[in-house]
Amino acid sequence: MTQALEGFLQALAAGLLIGAVYGLMCVGLGLIFGVMRVINFAHGDFMMLGMYAVFYLFTAFGIQAAFGNTVGPFVAILLAGPLLAVFGYAIHLALISRVSGTRTASLEGEGHYAQLILTLGIALVLQNGGLIVFGSVLASIRTPLSSSAWELGPFFDISIFINRARGVDAILSLVTMTLLTLLITRSRLGKSLRAAADNPTAATYMGIDVDRAHRIAFALGTGITAVAGGLLATNYPFHPFVGLEYVIVMYAGVVLGGMGSIIGAFWGGMTIGLVQQMSTLVLPTQLQNAAIFVVFLLIIFFRPQGFFGRMVERT
Amino acid sequence: MQASRSLLPVVVFAVLYAAVSLTVTNSYYQLVLTLVPVWAIFGLSWNLLSGYTGLISFGHAAFFGIGAYATALGQIYFDLPPWVSIPIAALLGGIAGLAIGFPTFRLQGHYFALAMLAYPLAILYVFEWLGFQEITLPIKRESPIAYMQFGDPRIYTLLALAMLFGTILLTQLIERSRFGMALLAIKQNEAAAEAAGINTLAWKLRAIALSGAIAGAIGGFYAVVLLVVTPQSVFGMLVSAQALTVAMFGGVGTVWGPVIGSVILIPLAEILNAEAGSRLPGIQGVIFGLAIICVILLAPEGLFWKIRDLLRKRPVLSAPASRTAHDPSVVIALPSRAVSRDRSSEPADVILEVRHLSRSFGGLKAVQDVSFRLRRNDILGIIGPNGAGKTTLFNLLNGFLLPDAGEVLIDGRDMSGRKPHELCEAGIGRTFQIMRPFLRMSISDNVVVGAYVRAKNDTEAGKLAADAIARVGLSEIAGRLAGELTTKELRLMELARALAGQPRILLLDETLAGLGHDEANEVVTVIQRLARDGMTIAVIEHTMQAMVRLVDSFLVLDHGAVIVEGEPEAVTRDARVIEAYLGKKWVAYAPH
Repeated sequence: MTQALEGFLQALAAGLLIGAVYGLMCVGLGLIFGVMRVINFAHGDFMMLGMYAVFYLFTAFGIQAAFGNTVGPFVAILLAGPLLAVFGYAIHLALISRVSGTRTASLEGEGHYAQLILTLGIALVLQNGGLIVFGSVLASIRTPLSSSAWELGPFFDISIFINRARGVDAILSLVTMTLLTLLITRSRLGKSLRAAADNPTAATYMGIDVDRAHRIAFALGTGITAVAGGLLATNYPFHPFVGLEYVIVMYAGVVLGGMGSIIGAFWGGMTIGLVQQMSTLVLPTQLQNAAIFVVFLLIIFFRPQGFFGRMVERT
Repeated sequence: MQASRSLLPVVVFAVLYAAVSLTVTNSYYQLVLTLVPVWAIFGLSWNLLSGYTGLISFGHAAFFGIGAYATALGQIYFDLPPWVSIPIAALLGGIAGLAIGFPTFRLQGHYFALAMLAYPLAILYVFEWLGFQEITLPIKRESPIAYMQFGDPRIYTLLALAMLFGTILLTQLIERSRFGMALLAIKQNEAAAEAAGINTLAWKLRAIALSGAIAGAIGGFYAVVLLVVTPQSVFGMLVSAQALTVAMFGGVGTVWGPVIGSVILIPLAEILNAEAGSRLPGIQGVIFGLAIICVILLAPEGLFWKIRDLLRKRPVLSAPASRTAHDPSVVIALPSRAVSRDRSSEPADVILEVRHLSRSFGGLKAVQDVSFRLRRNDILGIIGPNGAGKTTLFNLLNGFLLPDAGEVLIDGRDMSGRKPHELCEAGIGRTFQIMRPFLRMSISDNVVVGAYVRAKNDTEAGKLAADAIARVGLSEIAGRLAGELTTKELRLMELARALAGQPRILLLDETLAGLGHDEANEVVTVIQRLARDGMTIAVIEHTMQAMVRLVDSFLVLDHGAVIVEGEPEAVTRDARVIEAYLGKKWVAYAPH
């Protein structure tokens, strides 16, 4: 009995910790989808780039030497965010803007076909280019934190162990999320993003440059996901095709939270993390991911607008 | 004749392809030649659902994988030869299509696409868990032909080519039939398709079942050719992406698109992999990706359409601006030259009666307690300021929305709560505020879609369509592509599409929007002619001048409720109408 309870609490803690990072990951994608309505298939690969950016910043650019193994990775993560944001900005400027935003009015199906296949193309280039540049060997960012744990308790003979690296990851994820929320709700930039998302035509009439808003959302979304990727990289080894594994989790989270809702995407990612970890209690490990998809499908059928979304009907 | 004309390129392609593949002796290149038709068929299967209906599936690997595993496991456990198990794989693929389609078609747009993504991946993990990480088809030396294990790899290519040939013919057959027309109609506007009498769910289910069956069969064949099946290689996301890629690269919604895409991309990828794969692993992916990016930027709908447009030398017009903003200064003119039609003086029979119809969205009462009667041969004008509930009323009448309360009686029968295609069969036709023509189809083809609700076969549908086109006066340009038409011609085409289903009651939603004065007059003349020929019409319009000449009576809505009903002369003088349109201070100027 005690053992079962301990297992449950341990899985709950693990789910909450990983869920916080998944949440941030989903927020990056949710921001892009919410503002632009573009399905970005390459988002997992942007995250992969973020992981490698952290890796090289940490090892090759002297951050390891300057800050040491404990703090160094997190410094690298904070630098990788803006770096990838610039990358996202450039990708949007050069490619995505050609098939989205105000230019898509004349395309059939509002250019969805074009957006899908374009991001699919970008994903292929990044994955395989990554294979050429980074090699197929698993990379990892080791910090002494990932092999030590905080012990909570014991309460009535039950102790919960929290991996220190995951704990710090979850805290940093929450901090980033809070900063982003403040940016979106309080700043002038955030207002223009929300306006562009809500009604692009009306926003244009109000003097908002919708294409610029899209570009900023794309950059911001890419940067946020890169940070989340970096946080994950302190615990999990990665390779150039890692994006494929996470892009599904991201979409599941975004849909769960309600497409277009940024805070919803965070809770969606959190749910995915919890489902993944809790399912280990009853299911074999291989079926963890199958459980995610089943939950995803159930939610999509019974509450397609997600937790926080709203349905908008137009004839 | 049309059939033989489209058959010729297919035969030429098949013969050329067979000739080329028979000369190749290198077994690796022969494998590439086998894979080209395999992926082309898979692309065609995807195209059948997603290309024609516009519902993008990211999950076609589900059907492909089910087929591959059915064939492989069938041979391992039941000793089934592929000649038997591939048809079984097709059957299973079709059943999977129905099982997946039935719940998933309730979702729209992005939700559908993303839900489809989840199916193959969920199945993938289940197969891994079941312990089918890598299964190998046993070699059958004693009866190679029965087990499709040919010594000469060219036979695989010919077999694949034969399957491709069959799939192309099937797709062409569908493209030309009412099946294909129904799918295209769903793609342009699902709501409009329902309103035109098409049971969209039934057609979508047929499409996904057939698409799943083709994907299942080709998945089974793929397993036989490669002899090894792993969850990643048949259920993986890259498999679904392959179908999308060849179809979108080549051209969406055309039979040649996936074939072109496959013929170019598959050899390119395989050869790059063979030549440079050892030094630069993944080089084929990079080139592949770059090729896709370039094509999509230069020809966003695929190579086929780009080439066709170039050959036609006529740039297809971009979609007309869907709707111009309303002129805020609504002119309430007096009926100077009201054209009175010859109308029998005896009371005509009521064919549409609306009783206490209400519908609210959350707290907003969009339509409240609306009642009116429409007599045979009447023209009723429904007017009111923006947001008065006019379009919502139409949506209630043709079944897009369910009323919260009230009844809609057609010939005395309560039809409220029925689906749009059922109401269309009962005789309600409608046009839309926002036009969604299929730009690459001719006027005739656009209109034929509307005729299927009445027609028993394709010939009759063609006749009904031609008749409808004649009634709106577009016969001379019936062969033109919708993308080349003016707004007025598009409006008339929409009218013809509604007429093709031989409705008795026509609901026209802002048919004059975006038209100039003279153009509006032409359309008004057409509508008047329809009324003279016995059509009953309800029309929503903002331009009062045109309306006053057109209608027999007005129904004025404001905030969802009827404020006035009556003859045009009386209504235009009514103080409440002027107030609703122009505000209180103008009431003083109303002629008393």
